[in-house]
Amino acid sequence: MGANLFTNYGEAVAMLLFGIGFGNLLLQTNLIKKIIGLNIMDTAIYLFLAEKGYIVGRVAPIVTDGVQNMEAYINPIPSGLVLTGIVVSVSVSALMLSLTIRLYRRYHTLDLDEISKQLKKEGL
Amino acid sequence: MDFIQNFPCISIILCLFAGIISSGLKDKAAMWLNAALLTVNTLLSAFTLTYTLSIGQPFVYVMGRFPAPWGNEIRAGALEALMALFFCVIMLLSLFGGRHKLVEEVEEGKTYLYYVLSDLLLSSLLALVYTNDMFTAYVFVEINTIAACGLIMIRQNGRTIEAAVRYMIMSLLGSGMLLLGLCMLYDLTGHLLMSNMKEAVALLVANNAYQIPLIVSIVLMSVGLCIKSALFPFHAWLPDAYGYSTVSSAAILSSLVSKGYIFLLIKIIYRVIGFDIYHDTRIVDILFLFGLMGMIFGSISAIRENDVRRMIAYSSVAQIGYIYMGFGMGTQVGMIASIFHILSHAATKSLLFIAAIGLTDVSGGSRKFIELTGSGYRNKWAGVAFTVGSLSMVGVPLFSGFISKLLFSQAAVQNHTKMLPALIVLGISTILNAIYFMKTVIRIYTPIGETAYTNVTFKDIPIYAAVLVAFIILNVVLGISSQPVVDIIQQGLSTFA
Repeated sequence: MGANLFTNYGEAVAMLLFGIGFGNLLLQTNLIKKIIGLNIMDTAIYLFLAEKGYIVGRVAPIVTDGVQNMEAYINPIPSGLVLTGIVVSVSVSALMLSLTIRLYRRYHTLDLDEISKQLKKEGL
Repeated sequence: MDFIQNFPCISIILCLFAGIISSGLKDKAAMWLNAALLTVNTLLSAFTLTYTLSIGQPFVYVMGRFPAPWGNEIRAGALEALMALFFCVIMLLSLFGGRHKLVEEVEEGKTYLYYVLSDLLLSSLLALVYTNDMFTAYVFVEINTIAACGLIMIRQNGRTIEAAVRYMIMSLLGSGMLLLGLCMLYDLTGHLLMSNMKEAVALLVANNAYQIPLIVSIVLMSVGLCIKSALFPFHAWLPDAYGYSTVSSAAILSSLVSKGYIFLLIKIIYRVIGFDIYHDTRIVDILFLFGLMGMIFGSISAIRENDVRRMIAYSSVAQIGYIYMGFGMGTQVGMIASIFHILSHAATKSLLFIAAIGLTDVSGGSRKFIELTGSGYRNKWAGVAFTVGSLSMVGVPLFSGFISKLLFSQAAVQNHTKMLPALIVLGISTILNAIYFMKTVIRIYTPIGETAYTNVTFKDIPIYAAVLVAFIILNVVLGISSQPVVDIIQQGLSTFA
């Protein structure tokens, strides 16, 4: 168990980071800190994918010196998934940031609980 | 290959293109494009449904030139086509029913954005229904989330923006967990296509290898989708998002968006993990427990609510609980009941939201119960429609809600260990439903004599009244002739593996 954890330290770190990001996104009340948590969480998954796709001693599957043998290259699919995932997380972060700007202009605070309090006062 | 096999792919691509084109159109043109798109998609889904029923088995459509296990695939069977047909019909009706409010509540010159978002939402729903690839499913889950968030915040006030932020946060937590579970499963199986994943998972279980990672990834995906579809403890964002957004958004969010995620979970259970393996992990027991809690606590929150829109929103929490209770039975019969309830709840909840807006409109725009007194007389169409929706939710025969409760009870009786709690909670929940829905119906039909509010007749609201009538017919048809629908669901599920 412990030995496995040590040899796969990349995955272990990714899980740790995922936990940190998840906790931040869930528990922080400051919206910007929440968005930072979101980005840490997503990046942790990309680290996990990249770790899983990499095979020690091999290179990215770009044929330059005529080597067609599969044994020379890493698995390219996780890298493709990471790219797709990055696109998704960029757009989601942009949307969250724009919502945060809207709320800040209206209520002059980034604290979600404080905003809820002000909304109650407005009695909408 | 028959030409009809192209239809699922065509309908998804049509939605994407309509979304892109609408972003350059004026409000009116975007509206008509959207209506035409929904009509065309309804027809395409109906053709696909008759085709799959006639050949009696699902078909696989290869996207691009790469065959499995490398390429991307669409898979359409009776169940998928039925869902797609239903989603298109409900979306069309909800958009027409809420159109006059949309014009009122959104700045002029900006409503075309609403149609861009709903086109994209429909494309993602159809892709979730039809796709056979897990990563494609994840990407469209995110598109669905972003479009839904846009639908909430298109009406600009503090409440809706806050609701949209809360909705996004919960959704992102859910999709993060889904993505992590999906990546783990990819590492275990080496595939992204559902059918190949299932073979690999069966092999893993047979060899008794990687048991803990497999269970972790199943749990992550299930919990992620539960969070996104607002199962009981994760429902905090729901009343604000449904209660303050414009009415079409509320109807679409409650009846379609959450159902899209639930349908993805069904696909994962049947087509990725395999029903028996999923059942053996005991996760179904947890879903069952939270489903039961949702049924009770959702109804209690609805009873305590003093705002009719938020009351209907809390009722959704209870109904989502029913669906997860059906999953939790762990039997085929329970699954059929859940899928029928997805359809019946979609038809009823959107009817209730749209009828409620008619009632509040003739009460000076106030959503408090005291102001709604007698509104059933002022707007007769909305009053009748709200009554039909309430009776259906409570489970009175003739309406669709009765059939789903009947199917749930039958499923409960066949499962010996879970029979007692399921039946007891079903009974309690029905009584609680009756309390808050009948309270509202009695309230809107309490005469108060002369008021300052004006009456509304058919001439003032022809489209709105026609939409309500269509919803009522849909409800009654589902309630009276449910057997063909149940047969299609059964056939779809039996060929789902």
